[in-house]
Amino acid sequence: MNFTSTFRLALRALARNKMRSALTMLGIIIGVGAVIAVVSIGQGAQYMVQQGIQAMGTNVVFVAAGSGRPGGIRVGYGGVKTLTIDDMKAILREIPLIKEAAPSVNSRRQVIYGNQNWSTSVTGTTPNFFEIRNWSIQAGSVFSDEEVDLAANVCVIGTTVARNLFLDENPVGKTMRIGNLPFRVDGVLESKGQNVIGQDQDDAIYAPYTTVQRKISGITWVQFINASAISPVASVAAVNPITSLLRERHRIRPGDDDDFFVRTQSEVANLMNQTQSVMTLLLGGIASVSLLVGGIGIMNIMLVSVTERTREIGVRMAVGATERDVQRQFLVEAVTLSMMGGAIGIFFGLVGSALISNFLSWPTLVSIKAIVTAAIFSAAVGIFFGYYPARKAAQLDPIEALRYE
Amino acid sequence: MELNQTVATGKPVIRLENVHKTYDLGEIQVQALRGISLEVRQGEFVAVMGPSGSGKSTVMNILGCLDRPTRGHYYLDGVDVSGMSKTELARIRNRKLGFVFQQFNLLSRTSALENVELPTVYAGIGPEERTKRAMESLTRVGLADRAGHHPSQLSGGQQQRVAIARGLVNRPAILLADEPTGNLDSRTSVEIMQILQNLNDEQGLTIVLVTHEHDIAQFAKRTLEFRDGKLRRDTVVCDRLIARDVLDTLPTAEQQAAEDAEDNARQEKLAGGDAEP
Repeated sequence: MNFTSTFRLALRALARNKMRSALTMLGIIIGVGAVIAVVSIGQGAQYMVQQGIQAMGTNVVFVAAGSGRPGGIRVGYGGVKTLTIDDMKAILREIPLIKEAAPSVNSRRQVIYGNQNWSTSVTGTTPNFFEIRNWSIQAGSVFSDEEVDLAANVCVIGTTVARNLFLDENPVGKTMRIGNLPFRVDGVLESKGQNVIGQDQDDAIYAPYTTVQRKISGITWVQFINASAISPVASVAAVNPITSLLRERHRIRPGDDDDFFVRTQSEVANLMNQTQSVMTLLLGGIASVSLLVGGIGIMNIMLVSVTERTREIGVRMAVGATERDVQRQFLVEAVTLSMMGGAIGIFFGLVGSALISNFLSWPTLVSIKAIVTAAIFSAAVGIFFGYYPARKAAQLDPIEALRYE
Repeated sequence: MELNQTVATGKPVIRLENVHKTYDLGEIQVQALRGISLEVRQGEFVAVMGPSGSGKSTVMNILGCLDRPTRGHYYLDGVDVSGMSKTELARIRNRKLGFVFQQFNLLSRTSALENVELPTVYAGIGPEERTKRAMESLTRVGLADRAGHHPSQLSGGQQQRVAIARGLVNRPAILLADEPTGNLDSRTSVEIMQILQNLNDEQGLTIVLVTHEHDIAQFAKRTLEFRDGKLRRDTVVCDRLIARDVLDTLPTAEQQAAEDAEDNARQEKLAGGDAEP
């Protein structure tokens, strides 16, 4: 008996008891649906993260000061005072892979306008910072290089600061106070929303680094150098030259730790990606447990079915079914159940993840790989859990089976 | 009309040679058959009789290739099937034997046509040919118009006829019937025996039938009586019954209904009489 006839025979047998077949499939449907939904959502999250990182600007290389062992004491990011603007100029001068660089000098200050005040981060940098970070101005303009040279009291603000300090007023051209000093607002940055670690990027003020160094923080070093390479590949290739250059400039002996970090955007992306992948895999694994339970359900029902159909099996054997015919029939029934359940589960999983994506305004990515894996898994579950009942059916003695009450 | 009373002289389709069957139940050994030798030729109509434990069921199982003899040989259509594997026996059953059971054993929620088709499925025949043969078989038992009905929509007699059609669909050499009338009323039983007699007469189908009712055995041409695992008597049936004639003497359904109505009327009259003071 060939495979198509077996398949049709199996379908007809399942159709004889539609309610039971439907209930048996339920376990698989839920299992597969859950796995598909979880994986789609997880992959959507990964995509979101990727997008977020992209939004920070491509080809970016960060150099962060800190965590060296000056005098044997470890300090964290930005704690070390050895990164300077001259380091940045040296990088620009001597490493052709790097196209642009802007420093970051961070501080946190209270800012005041009229009777509104707000606590926010004030970062000193140069105008090209915004190009490097892919960040446009939505109103007014960025401060200029001349203003940097002059350490002018000007700044651009993020939308959160604008909203909280200026309320409905247009901030451009107005003067506010950072700490005790008056600053003119030159422009308002476009809204960027939260970054990948949940910080509000719009809750920030940017001013010339010279101003921040001299008048606000009173320091001569910088915390970050934000650089952009000529291409993504170049950004990775620039890591070693930058490291060597800075080690030389800072006179770090061979064998000692760097007193800075160099990170490319792709490294950050990879790290985030990996974390997300692990999460997705973990959740997928948990959801797979329900698939296992579904398989056990199939096995139980098939066993009951075999017992109930003992007489029928006896008749089939009497009219000429071999052991293999019977075993194949029940195995195909089990696999048909599990694969149909799988197909329905995939459908519901996709619908579910579409609904959730709508609700969270989060993209969900449907991966063909996940669907194919789910399909293969459903078949495997059917074969594995259907085998024992099929064997039992095939090994019935026809005489006993025909006598069965 | 007289049917040919002599035992057919065709070739032997069944030959049992010193067949023994012993069941090993651990400490006890049950001897179900103790040296059975017999021959059934083509065209015969044999009734197998005997009390329970006589071995008649065991003989039927062996004849039906559902069981193998412990000792001895079984030649079916000239071929020794006693040593065949389970798979080979299944193929033999499919091609050479037809089964009819006391409890019909039709697949529920399945049409009569699909039920009759079942043996052809295991014969590896294509779907169109299967339907054709099944319809032919159903026509032979006069149920072509009920091809789409499910067993629940058929009377006992009709279900047994579907079972007979199923048994015939692969054109077997032998039809084996195990108490085929056991679940039927008297009139329907005779109708079924009529079909079997027709198949035996007109198509030369060899029929072996197990029964414990002498009335039913009278429709066959030869009787084999078993007791305690041995064949005790092998006789030609005298005063054989012809089903068609018997049917004429039995009340029809309408006559039975009229009889019931008369009984009811009489009961009411008696009850009314008792109530008078």
